[in-house]
Amino acid sequence: MCLAFAQDFGVVTACNRGKDMAAEPGEGAFVAFEHVQKSYDGETLVVKDLNLSIGKGEFLTMLGPSGSGKTTCLMMLAGFETATHGEIRLAGRPINNIPPHKRGIGMVFQNYALFPHMTVAENLAFPLEVRKMSRAERDAKVKRALDMVQMGAFGGRRPAQLSGGQQQRIALARALVFDPALVLMDEPLGALDKQLREHMQYEIKHLHESLGITVVYVTHDQSEALTMSDRVAVFNDGVIQQLADPPTLYERPDNSFVAQFIGENNKLHGRVTAIDNGRARVKLDDAAGEVNAMAVCCGAAGEQTMLSIRPERVIVGAGPEQNALAARVDELIYLGDHIRCRMNVAGRDDFIVKIPNSSAHAALRVGVETNVGWLTEDCRALDAA
Amino acid sequence: MAGLPPYASTGQRLWYWSFRAICVAILFFLIVPILVIIPLSFNAEDFFTFTKGMLALDPDAYSLKHYQDFFTNSDWQQALWNSVRIAPVATLIAVVLGTVAAIGLSQPHVPFRGAIMAILISPMIVPLIISAAGMYFFYSRLGIQGTYLGVVLAHAALGIPFVIITVTATLVGFDRSLVRAAANLGANPVRTFFKVQMPLILPGVISGALFAFITSFDEVVVVLFVGSAQQKTLPWQMFIGLREQISPTILAVATILVGISVLLLTTLELLRRRSEKLRGMSPG
Repeated sequence: MCLAFAQDFGVVTACNRGKDMAAEPGEGAFVAFEHVQKSYDGETLVVKDLNLSIGKGEFLTMLGPSGSGKTTCLMMLAGFETATHGEIRLAGRPINNIPPHKRGIGMVFQNYALFPHMTVAENLAFPLEVRKMSRAERDAKVKRALDMVQMGAFGGRRPAQLSGGQQQRIALARALVFDPALVLMDEPLGALDKQLREHMQYEIKHLHESLGITVVYVTHDQSEALTMSDRVAVFNDGVIQQLADPPTLYERPDNSFVAQFIGENNKLHGRVTAIDNGRARVKLDDAAGEVNAMAVCCGAAGEQTMLSIRPERVIVGAGPEQNALAARVDELIYLGDHIRCRMNVAGRDDFIVKIPNSSAHAALRVGVETNVGWLTEDCRALDAA
Repeated sequence: MAGLPPYASTGQRLWYWSFRAICVAILFFLIVPILVIIPLSFNAEDFFTFTKGMLALDPDAYSLKHYQDFFTNSDWQQALWNSVRIAPVATLIAVVLGTVAAIGLSQPHVPFRGAIMAILISPMIVPLIISAAGMYFFYSRLGIQGTYLGVVLAHAALGIPFVIITVTATLVGFDRSLVRAAANLGANPVRTFFKVQMPLILPGVISGALFAFITSFDEVVVVLFVGSAQQKTLPWQMFIGLREQISPTILAVATILVGISVLLLTTLELLRRRSEKLRGMSPG
């Protein structure tokens, strides 16, 4: 089916299903954004009519390029920014007029924001002191939280004496120590090196599972989003472009922005000639041929479209029933487990094919002419943006 | 110290040595007039110059009689007491108002920040005699000219710019996300201020307080205008001592004040180093 929403502002006409998927936040929604808008200068909207409901115990990631409005949404939830319009609810209660210190939401900041004049243990005890907890109870909770992030021996250190990864763990422990039901994370792993980042992704994921907390996570790293999340909200231009679980997001992107932003994507431009039973017949530009694709977001017959096909779903040496197109091998990059093959297809020289490194595949050479194709289910006809 | 590189030209050599000579001369002219007071204050005679006996290091030429005079003379004791009563209170007012002003002016959303800052700092820039005359007329209207309150307020006004400047400088390095973190963890704004922001800007507050204290403790022009005989402070008494009595007791007083200043600065520097070490900002 083709979804094309005329946005209230007339700016965005991209297909996005985030809007209709979350239009009626269920009664069980733990966090709900309802028609939330945010503008800093009173003219341009950073967040445009956001509707989003997050279930209890869910790990939801807000993913998008910088300036897409994802961090603003998180800050509105934490209470550091006020919504210009609309309502935000936490556990059924509107929180627009509740100051941040009364919301009881845990948060891990991008730069950790540990108090440099306090020891690690004092940092963790801070939210407990605020809650007037007894000393014994406080000490027990601090110890438990430190053990949880494997930092039990570091209670007496100061933040400046810890490495980046250790500070990150302390920030995590501090956000969890007062048992908040909702924890927000604002690109918490951005400053870590790749290996540590991947390790921490699993750790955060496991903590989420074992504690049963709800997590709203903001990142611009798509692999991080896919690894950790139950659902991902892809933001662009202040609008949720798609809200889905990671496999759906990767395999069935709703529009060309999501297809390009998540993972690697081959695009081919053409014009729809017919739509039949959810499948589109597309005539490629430069008279490269006619192919079939799933009609996802492509407009009616006669309109421009962009075909999206993942590099690992391309069939090399395809037969005529597999949407075969003539192709020429331009470049081969050996990557061990697979070979990246850059081909010239339909007048574009950036068509990437991932070929598994197995004996079943005939060795391709640069300059070889062959056919590439795909199963119709693997190719999606999207908006021509 | 890195010496001259072997390829230095004659001009560079010349500058290398004259630069050092200038530095030594500056330090000499700054410090010697202060240091020379110290031996003179132990003079057994009522002179402001070194006697033959002093130069010969004759123990009889030295005495503590000027110190004795300072600690027994009721004029000096009254002046010391006045200074001790005025300076700390003026400092306290200056620190509270200056810190609050600096924090307010560091918020990006405050309109006319530059103009407000300029007005608040003006007592430091405007010639003291003008401030003093202005305060005299203004305080007379309010009926606090010649009162303890008047002098304290006048000195607080003079101290505020120092506090604003030092605290503003510290706030530049202050991470605003710490305030957000504290709020997120459940601390209300008051608690956040005292538990998170204040401890971190404390070095700036303390050096501002020191400057404000010294300003009040040293100040003679404004107190002459705003104060009356009951508020005669140490500098005022020293001024009189020079003009009317030419009593070497002021040398003893000056030595004591130099001692207090050195002690204060040393203590503060030690405290600052200790707090930095605690925060792990500097090694060792």
